[in-house]
Amino acid sequence: MLLNTYTDSLDFNALTQWIDQALSSVMPAWGVVLTECILIGLCLLLGYALIALALIYIERKVCAFFQCRLGPNRVGPYGTVQSIADMVKMLIKELITIDRVDRFLFNLAPYIVIISSVLAFGCLPFAKGLEVLDFNVGIFFLMAVSSIGVVGILLAGWSSNNKYSLIGAMRSGAQMISYELSIGLSLMTMVVLAGTMQLSEIVERQADCWFLFSGHIPAVIAFLVYLVAGTAETNRGPFDLPEADSELTAGYHTEYSGMHFGFFYLAEYLNLFIVSAVAATMFLGGWMPLHIAGWDGFNAVMDYIPSLVWFLIKVGVIIFVIMWFKWTFPRLRIDQLLKLEWKYLLPINLLNLLLMVIIVVTGLHF
Amino acid sequence: MEFTLEQAGFAFLAAVIVIFSIMTVTTKRILRAATYLLFVLFATAGIYFQLNYSFLGAVQLLIYAGGIIVLYVFSILLTSSDEDKKAPLRNRRTLSGLIVSIVGAVMCIYLLLTHCYPPVLFAEGEVDMHAIGYAMMGTGKYQYLLPFEAVSVLLLACIIGGLLIARKRK
Repeated sequence: MLLNTYTDSLDFNALTQWIDQALSSVMPAWGVVLTECILIGLCLLLGYALIALALIYIERKVCAFFQCRLGPNRVGPYGTVQSIADMVKMLIKELITIDRVDRFLFNLAPYIVIISSVLAFGCLPFAKGLEVLDFNVGIFFLMAVSSIGVVGILLAGWSSNNKYSLIGAMRSGAQMISYELSIGLSLMTMVVLAGTMQLSEIVERQADCWFLFSGHIPAVIAFLVYLVAGTAETNRGPFDLPEADSELTAGYHTEYSGMHFGFFYLAEYLNLFIVSAVAATMFLGGWMPLHIAGWDGFNAVMDYIPSLVWFLIKVGVIIFVIMWFKWTFPRLRIDQLLKLEWKYLLPINLLNLLLMVIIVVTGLHF
Repeated sequence: MEFTLEQAGFAFLAAVIVIFSIMTVTTKRILRAATYLLFVLFATAGIYFQLNYSFLGAVQLLIYAGGIIVLYVFSILLTSSDEDKKAPLRNRRTLSGLIVSIVGAVMCIYLLLTHCYPPVLFAEGEVDMHAIGYAMMGTGKYQYLLPFEAVSVLLLACIIGGLLIARKRK
């Protein structure tokens, strides 16, 4: 199709190739690989931290508006510097060592959580030509690395030597293992439609029509299931049982202080970003602009918006919906939570997968 | 012989596997053993990624690191208390254990040293996902639908058996 010849007004391929050539001219091949790895790592971590800071500010503002308050408004214009001030505070706080805990596991747990989240972050296709890890099992790899985070939460809960932490960790384990099933199945439904698991390919195939529209009924069902399961997977309200503050103080990270607590906090917000980004990539076309077959003028106008902006807008909309969930619904009980997954979402998902296979085999999709 | 970046990576992963495997069996605390095992599984996945077999690497992470280890930790949390780490192991069968492990080690080392390996090559490009899919879901020669189904029936039987044992009779 003609639409596949979309060229980005903000091309990252040229930039990365220029860096590669500049480095190759001054050092041997292994040095280039090493320097590029370090550069990419630095950029990822920087992006990770900046997105987390922005999300914390957005969350506080959105929460405030839902509750008819103003939210942070003292530090900087409209309180925008508030989360940076909080970050500085977090960085200079003391790391308190708890008496009679398994020191090694206690200190290790936040790192496992954050490594899993950074790895998943690295898989995301941010814009045309701006993706770090692009395996042909892309989406599967993303799910695999994000499933490691549970280990960190369980270890944190156990090694804190505190019953609230332990209960929080147990709840979190049960919840995340259950809802991973729903996430996996709803993404598998979309993989059936896409015919590939490579994230860059998945985005390319949505050039003419986003999967949410081209897969019609099963795609919409999968999208709704994914949103519910994704909210549960990030331990956010109304599924925030692992850290239900009114019953468990702060759940699995009660005993953590300073930057170790900061890691859990960062990972939580970044997981929100990752879940939304995956939803945007699998259902709403990732960084692909909105194209309607036949409307060439409209498509040309849409192409003027850079792909990074498209990606961030789509992710932002989904993040807002998930925050809307949190501040609208009351918290579920643990039995309701597990019943929702095993008795409703899982059967719906399995039937939906079957429906999608039938539609793809008979060619009823657009 | 030239020392490449790939060999350095392999040496690092191999060292991680060996060190943490030993630590897994020598530590006295059960949850630490599970954590060290997690590192061993990570490094194994790293070797698969180095071989450009990202599917197997992702499966290793998802099934072993994200699944099995979580189940281990979960069951340790449910069953054991802090006192477990203090109980020393009884050493009545040290001699027979030692003999068996030495015989095993000698056998492994003998096989490793006498086996003739083909020249090591890192495959170019990833394995095509469609090829893996057809191999797993096909019924022809070297295709695995039947074993796959047999294993899933076995797993189902295990789950039902486990539920029957765990069910409280009134």
